[in-house]
Amino acid sequence: MRELWRKLSKVGRLCLIVIAGYFALAVYGEVQYRVARARDITPSYNVVHEQQRYQPPSLRHIMGTDNLGRDVAQRLIQGSRIAFHVGIMTSLIAIPLGVFLGLLGGYFGGKVDSIVVWLCATVASMPGLLFILAISMVVGQGLLGIYLGIGLTTWVGVCRTIRAEVMKHRDRAYVQAARVLGYSHLRIMFRHILPNVAHIILIQFSIRFPGAVATEVFISFLGIGVQGEPSWGIMINNARLRLWQGIWWEMTFVTLAIFTLVLVFNHLADELRDLLDPALRNQRN
Amino acid sequence: MLTFVLFHVVGGSPALTVLGKNATKESIAAFNHRYGYDKPLLVNTNKGESVFDTQFFNFVANLAKGDFGISTQYDEPVADILKRGVGPSLTLTVPILFGGTIVALSLALLCAAFRGGWLDRTVLVCSTVLMSVNYVVWVLAGQFLLAYKFRLFPIWGYVNWTYLALPVLIGIISSLGVDVRFYRTAILDEIYKSYVRTARAKGLSGPKILVKHVLRNSLIPVVTYIALAIPYLFTGSLMLETFFGIPGLGNVSLNAIHSADMAVVRALVVLGALLYQGVNLITDLAYAWLDPRVRLG
Repeated sequence: MRELWRKLSKVGRLCLIVIAGYFALAVYGEVQYRVARARDITPSYNVVHEQQRYQPPSLRHIMGTDNLGRDVAQRLIQGSRIAFHVGIMTSLIAIPLGVFLGLLGGYFGGKVDSIVVWLCATVASMPGLLFILAISMVVGQGLLGIYLGIGLTTWVGVCRTIRAEVMKHRDRAYVQAARVLGYSHLRIMFRHILPNVAHIILIQFSIRFPGAVATEVFISFLGIGVQGEPSWGIMINNARLRLWQGIWWEMTFVTLAIFTLVLVFNHLADELRDLLDPALRNQRN
Repeated sequence: MLTFVLFHVVGGSPALTVLGKNATKESIAAFNHRYGYDKPLLVNTNKGESVFDTQFFNFVANLAKGDFGISTQYDEPVADILKRGVGPSLTLTVPILFGGTIVALSLALLCAAFRGGWLDRTVLVCSTVLMSVNYVVWVLAGQFLLAYKFRLFPIWGYVNWTYLALPVLIGIISSLGVDVRFYRTAILDEIYKSYVRTARAKGLSGPKILVKHVLRNSLIPVVTYIALAIPYLFTGSLMLETFFGIPGLGNVSLNAIHSADMAVVRALVVLGALLYQGVNLITDLAYAWLDPRVRLG
């Protein structure tokens, strides 16, 4: 980890710091949310102040207030909490699934591989958004639906890259040596090959994360995602009607928040890929 | 098959959604019978009836005949609804695909020509920034600023081509960042190969090498990339169509989702999957045409 930090460019380090900042906000939001729930009170970001509707940014409300007099800055923090939930939970579903299937397909080849490839093609051939919507219909609209929906549709990319990489490793000397030693297939796959392709997981995580956040915003914006909590998508949807009346602050700040998080993640993903993927590095000269 | 299972587990009861909460048992039964929802799901075990007289096999059989069933929302054949929606969707998505590809490819070529220079770096930074802006924001900001504030475009509707200009523009810009970066990598993968050096040694000019030799060889990833976008040409753009009031398939699908119109959603998913498979096949054929080294069979 320390070595990675040293290798990153200045911009890359800045990105990491910004992400850490968002993460801190998300943790703060989580604590606030839990405390409010444990005490059974309305959390401060949801308290309605009728007299304080549509207040422009001021010292008291640094990002102004929305149509119900709620503080935009606080809701923004809750939004980043949900964004991190989505980013992490969907990765926890998609990456293990993709890695496992990719390992299986790449290592065994033959019939197993055909099944894995067929699975990938089947999932990839379904219009992603409709699939997500369908899943959120089964488990009910809300965060769980989003986790499953995004998680179960985006493992294909992980699976394909891992599979391709494992295929390169399958016939390497160290794998053959392990086989001669009589190790089981599972042990070879997970103890020997997996560590050698682990960098892909990190890269894939940094690629998937901003994608998942953006998708969540989109789904919640359409009104099929998070319910009752201030997700960024819901805030945008809320703010868009007010935009026509000149209430610019909610829209602007939410947009900026999403944009910054996604931007730093995208940049970090680029740098990680350049650093960790030797094949690419050689091509770049 | 998968779609069918999914939507059956998922869909809940279409009868309840359409008839409302106060529907009587008789009306639900009548409704289900009319749309064939009262038949067994997979295998018919009733005596005296065919084993295949089930929802699933009827669905597959009808699909083969191009019949997608009847929409519970509009009470007309789904195929008709889809036919009506495809046209508007295509007028929106085809210009986006072509415009986007041309702009992105030329930018990527420029980048590759001046790789490492200021132009390359600016475009790269810009495209990273572009791809980080949320799609929702593009649509809202475009509609609000360009159409409402500056009155450059009509805001909503589907009357003549001026109504399409803004959605097309937004569609192009929102995908530009990703596209440029992808094409640039595809071109750069080729540019360091030895045939480029040979061409240069022959005394060919830089632009000529780039367009005639490099571009042609980097077409494979480019074609794959474009082909993957083709199924979405037909299913249309959910956001753009809803926000600019274009009566295309994106609009249809959002409506269908909101009103649990299973037949329509199912038809759209199946159609999307079929198109994807078809396009995949065509892409494979195109490889052989683009690159004689790839042999079919």
